[in-house]
Amino acid sequence: MNLLWLQSGGCGGCTMSLLCTDAQDFVGLLADAGVDLLWHPSLSEQSGQEVIDLLTAIESGVRPLDILCVEGSLLTGPHGSGRFHLLGGTGRAMIEWVRALAARARHVVAVGTCAAYGGVTAGGFNPTDAVGLQFDERQRGGLLGADFRAAGGLPVINVAGCPTHPGWVLDTLLALGLGSLAEGDLDEFGRPRFYADQLVHHGCSRNEFYEFKASAEKASDLGCLMEHMGCKGTQAHADCNLRPWNGQGSCTRGGYACISCTEPGFEEPGHPFAETPKVGGIPIGLPTDMPKAWFVALAALSKSATPKRVRANATEDHTVVTPASRKTGLK
Amino acid sequence: MSRVVLGPFNRVEGDLEVTLDVDDGRVRSARVNSPLYRGFEQILRGKHPFDAMVFVPRICGICSVSQSVASALALRDALQLEVPPNGDRVTNLLLACENVADHLTHFYLFFMPDFARAAYAGEAWHAAVKARFEAVSGRARVSMLPARARFMHLMGLLGGKWPHTLSLQPGGSARAVSGAEVIRLFAILREFRGWLERELFGDALEAVAAIDSAANLARWAAARSPASSDFACFLEVADALGLAALGRGTGRFLSVGTYRIGDAPAYAGGVWDGALRPFRHEDVVEDITSSWMMAPSAPAHPWAGDTEPDMDKDGAYSWCKAPRWQGQVVECGALARQVVDGHPLARSLAAVDGGSVSSRVVGRLLEIARTVIAMETWIREIRPGEPFCQRADLPEEARGVGLVEAARGALGHWLVIRKGRIANYQIIAPTTWNFSPRDQAGTPGALEQALVGAAVPAGEGGALQVQHVVRSFDPCMVCTVH
Repeated sequence: MNLLWLQSGGCGGCTMSLLCTDAQDFVGLLADAGVDLLWHPSLSEQSGQEVIDLLTAIESGVRPLDILCVEGSLLTGPHGSGRFHLLGGTGRAMIEWVRALAARARHVVAVGTCAAYGGVTAGGFNPTDAVGLQFDERQRGGLLGADFRAAGGLPVINVAGCPTHPGWVLDTLLALGLGSLAEGDLDEFGRPRFYADQLVHHGCSRNEFYEFKASAEKASDLGCLMEHMGCKGTQAHADCNLRPWNGQGSCTRGGYACISCTEPGFEEPGHPFAETPKVGGIPIGLPTDMPKAWFVALAALSKSATPKRVRANATEDHTVVTPASRKTGLK
Repeated sequence: MSRVVLGPFNRVEGDLEVTLDVDDGRVRSARVNSPLYRGFEQILRGKHPFDAMVFVPRICGICSVSQSVASALALRDALQLEVPPNGDRVTNLLLACENVADHLTHFYLFFMPDFARAAYAGEAWHAAVKARFEAVSGRARVSMLPARARFMHLMGLLGGKWPHTLSLQPGGSARAVSGAEVIRLFAILREFRGWLERELFGDALEAVAAIDSAANLARWAAARSPASSDFACFLEVADALGLAALGRGTGRFLSVGTYRIGDAPAYAGGVWDGALRPFRHEDVVEDITSSWMMAPSAPAHPWAGDTEPDMDKDGAYSWCKAPRWQGQVVECGALARQVVDGHPLARSLAAVDGGSVSSRVVGRLLEIARTVIAMETWIREIRPGEPFCQRADLPEEARGVGLVEAARGALGHWLVIRKGRIANYQIIAPTTWNFSPRDQAGTPGALEQALVGAAVPAGEGGALQVQHVVRSFDPCMVCTVH
């Protein structure tokens, strides 16, 4: 299989994230799964006319294309013309190139939330009319239309995340190369379920604070970030705390809230990102699958049962009360 | 006279198109077009000021931390916050990690692969360069990327992830560091230093940082084989191809100063044009004569700047605005930073060639050596248990400026808050300076000037000299327009 990677209305950060992979040689890894790099804007030698010739050969069907990866949202403005991004050297709107090449590809992969759903570029009043390949936020459609299927039979595969984790991208491409990715492996927003069937909450290092609703009140506090600091880890679909970033990192480990960057429309949450919206003192965004009455009852109970250590540490930036030593054996 | 359009330009961050007027096989004039517009300055209007910290890193995946720092500094200025020294140390470490990693990305992935091209097959050095640096298949990639990724475990520890952290706050760092983590940071940096000294330099970082003139750099190179390190290999290629005489810039270098602890920067700011002049942000305007932007009456300081796209404007040819300092075109980047800071090798190179393909690359590699040494100091100075972040409360009305040096040069954010919301947010990125289009006086931007004279041999579609000049600036096009 060959792979063509294009970038449009995004920041290039998903490629940069990919370069942080802990795989010793990710190009060799992909090659061993049968995926060869045809062209990538950051990695390949070909520039200018050499690239235009390649794209033209794919569009005309002379050169087959197996995997088309698109990074960045698709800019349909102004007035549907796509002129906010004319591909350098071609005078032709990037959305036209992507439409033409997607029609030839066996698989189409949206790398990152921009390419999947519009993402940050669609924020504010969306000045460039940015959309995803097959979604416009939560709405099916996007650039290619709700009914689009790549030649291989799958809809667009949405490796959402801002940025994407290198492991999400590599595992998706490896699965395509090894022929093991089927439609049932994608969730309702087209995300590979191997990471989207998890919640960011799973494996969060602030778990004990969450259990007791011992909450952070300001940046750098150790406590749970859900009650006051805007954290959506209990609702956001991703395995960020099970599959760490850059060694042992994650957003919540880095001191700040999950902003649910794998979810369509995350860029416009309707409230300041770092504040939890509440009604009557109770957060609006309760944990996924949890009835409100249960949450309120459980929160009240756990707050009343919070150990002094946990309560004290929650609003400090380092541990001020250490766990007591207990004899844990029977002898 | 013939016209040549080059694009899409790859191995730059983002998309780029260069239009050249060629006469007698040489570039007579150049026009640089940044062909992608996303509208971040429009998106930010009306938002909660702290939400800027979510949006601005996503301007750019390769300068993400730099954008975060500029935003945090602009908010800090608006809020009049004092930051604890630990906050500055962690900020410096994250920023330095990004800048050093970007320098490596540029050298190994973006710049050197052009010398592995078949067009250079007749050169004595070509086989060795091809084996090491050829795009995708060169051996250096398999060594550099894992070393870079392990170095960036520092980002995971201090920033949660890279790119797009939210740990950098107006009040300092949301991520406090424990004593055990200081040890881990030390270990990460020690391993990276080892790789740099073995593979990139073939010498101690201190020895590289101590090279103090163009002549002594030539002596350093002459004393070792080109195969002994990637730096030596580059110097051989640069010498053979005359890269010190290619891509001469304006000779006017800007750095806003960076890596502050309190008010003291590790690399001092200013403008160097043979003498050092103070840099005041009040001396900056953005000119949009050649930009696809609706025109106000005159070039404006960013606090008074505006961003309204107009793609049908007569005479415009780029989404990029044209920033000018005291009306002048300036060049920024690692070389500029080292020149302004007064490093003797950088000053010597600038005096010899005024800024060239070769000296820009040397400036970057010199800076890797100096910055990693500085990082070791910041790690040792972290005081676990002392505060890392100051609480930040938002005023209803304020304005602020945040100035920082990204890998590829000077980055500024100008913020106006009214009624507790962002009323205006203007950004000037490094490549906005370097790749600006013509201003109202018709003066071309820094790259447009540096391209004049580059060879475009008939029949050579790639225009290799043009590619070397363009990439020597380490352009970041997604930052340029944002």
